[in-house]
Amino acid sequence: MLRLNEKRALSFIPSLYLVCLFLIPTLIMIFIAFREPGDYGGVAPLITHINNSTQLNLTLDSFKFASTSSFIWQLFLRSMAFSIITTIFCLVLGYPLAMMIAKSGKKYRDILLLMVIIPFWSSFLVRVYAWMIILGPDSGVNYLINKIMGVLGFSSVNLLYSSFAVVICLIYINLPFMVLPLYANLQKHDDTLIEASRDLGATRLQSFLKVTLPLSLPGVLAGSALVFIPSIGMFVVPELVGNNCSLMIGNLIKQQFLQTENWPLGSVTSIIMTLAVLGISLFVGVFASRLKGLKYANK
Amino acid sequence: MAILEIKSVTKQFGDNLVVDNISIDIQKGEFFTLLGPSGCGKTTLLRMIAGLVTPDSGQILLDGVDITNLPPEKRPLHTIFQSYALFPHMTVADNIAFPLKMAKWDKSKIDAQVNELLEDVQLSQFKDRYPHEISGGQKQRVAIARSLVDRPKLLLLDEPLSALDARLREHMHMELVKLQEETGVTFVYVTHDQHEALALSSRIAVLNHGTIEQLDKPDIIYSKPKTHFVADFLGKCNLLKAEVLATTGDTVKLRVADSIELSIKDPASSSYHVGQIGWYSLRPEKLKLSSENNFDATNLSVIKSKVNGYYYYGNGTLYELDLGNNTKLQVMAPNHTSDGVKFFVDNSEIYVAFDPEAGNFLDTSSC
Repeated sequence: MLRLNEKRALSFIPSLYLVCLFLIPTLIMIFIAFREPGDYGGVAPLITHINNSTQLNLTLDSFKFASTSSFIWQLFLRSMAFSIITTIFCLVLGYPLAMMIAKSGKKYRDILLLMVIIPFWSSFLVRVYAWMIILGPDSGVNYLINKIMGVLGFSSVNLLYSSFAVVICLIYINLPFMVLPLYANLQKHDDTLIEASRDLGATRLQSFLKVTLPLSLPGVLAGSALVFIPSIGMFVVPELVGNNCSLMIGNLIKQQFLQTENWPLGSVTSIIMTLAVLGISLFVGVFASRLKGLKYANK
Repeated sequence: MAILEIKSVTKQFGDNLVVDNISIDIQKGEFFTLLGPSGCGKTTLLRMIAGLVTPDSGQILLDGVDITNLPPEKRPLHTIFQSYALFPHMTVADNIAFPLKMAKWDKSKIDAQVNELLEDVQLSQFKDRYPHEISGGQKQRVAIARSLVDRPKLLLLDEPLSALDARLREHMHMELVKLQEETGVTFVYVTHDQHEALALSSRIAVLNHGTIEQLDKPDIIYSKPKTHFVADFLGKCNLLKAEVLATTGDTVKLRVADSIELSIKDPASSSYHVGQIGWYSLRPEKLKLSSENNFDATNLSVIKSKVNGYYYYGNGTLYELDLGNNTKLQVMAPNHTSDGVKFFVDNSEIYVAFDPEAGNFLDTSSC
């Protein structure tokens, strides 16, 4: 065991790193949220001298604007919706996959796990571009779907540059983050518990619902957090495969800082998003701590 | 009436024949033990009764009903697992209530039954605790209560005491026997511990390589082992190479260790033939030691030998004697004098005496 002093010494560099590159920038951002936007982008000077009077330029205007702008709220709610859908689909797809890997023999387990991780070996952007080809107008998928739509009497659709494409990409990108924590949880489960529940009168389904599922809730929550939180701030995916109607809050923030150069509004939007994520995490955390499964699953 | 009939059950895993054509009838209310070393097929046999493993061939009947292909949840029996397999996310009371909830009992009836079981195993004050908050012995009792709560026809126990320390295990021996008598539920108990098997069972089946070596009451299994394996597996046993020299009536003349001639009594003597080679089994505690041959007046068989060494065990002393021809004989002498023990020293001459019925001639084909 390390002594307290040693622990403090060891955590000094990581702490310094976080203070310099996370805490201070966050404080700067919060400060900027209360500043006035500059005439040519950035922020207006903090102190101005007009006619011998000194003026401190701090304002809540950006907050007022953000909270009343239906456009921002729309983006915000859409981001939420996309992230929730992504999380649910990742869970529905990832749970059986993680279960299958956890229950397969030692020989195959590592290979299967590797296959889940392999996409990480290529760049995130490359993978999104791959989806642009898969969903693109010249792709087989697009042709097939539109053929079916045609037969059924619907007008043809564009798969690419749509909310559909955004959600598909979000699910694809995030799936491993759901599978890995779920696998880590399920792989620790004692098979004897399932045998015991069958022996005590539970069917396969009842055994899953009464034993496996409650014991896997910590994995479900960890995976959901790992998928939901990055999804909500995503801006590359909607930019590449979405259209004007599938922009997310991340796009707005990026736009405020890099194109419109309204830094205070960008900061305010960032703060709203961060608070929303924190609030949801806190809510889920409180809810989770009441679940017996979370407390006792790993003992 | 047999409550459980196992008929020619066979199970193979890959090339490994784990259970080889085993048939057993277990009577209602019995404490039946499957005893054997690890890998002898006892656990697989138990799991086939529970429905967790499907036999390749053969039949299993419970109370006259063929359960061979029933899923585990449809069988009116329960298993106590080596690890107890308590549900970690449920309280003690919820664990015990689990089989009743699965059987869709009324809530009020469940509560009453669970409380009764909690009292039976003296865990009422722990009902709201979680499994990780109670001791090993308490977990064991929860597992028992959970398995008996819906009054199964059969209780299967898979080495249930092996995770407990020695003292607690002995205590649980008595509790298990008492519980079995009180509930009248038939127990099928799996263990590799011969002491446990002898102490608890009404009958024991000794298993080796997927077959039954011997099936009988504990005292018969111990004192009249039928095979080399049974004699060797249960307790200490001298197994001496022996050859039949002559048989007259129920008396058999044997040559033991290539040099010593012995007369023994064996009701099965007529089945032996002169020149037959086998083993002569003798339990160390059935032998008497003396420094002088004062056994002439008795009808005991006597062997002259030499002390090779001894181990002091407290309640007894184990002597190792030399019979010549590289054959050793172990003798357990009770330390029943009130003051210290006077040992027979190494290399001293010694006389070993035993009842002609104490040992058993075992055919070589039995090993």
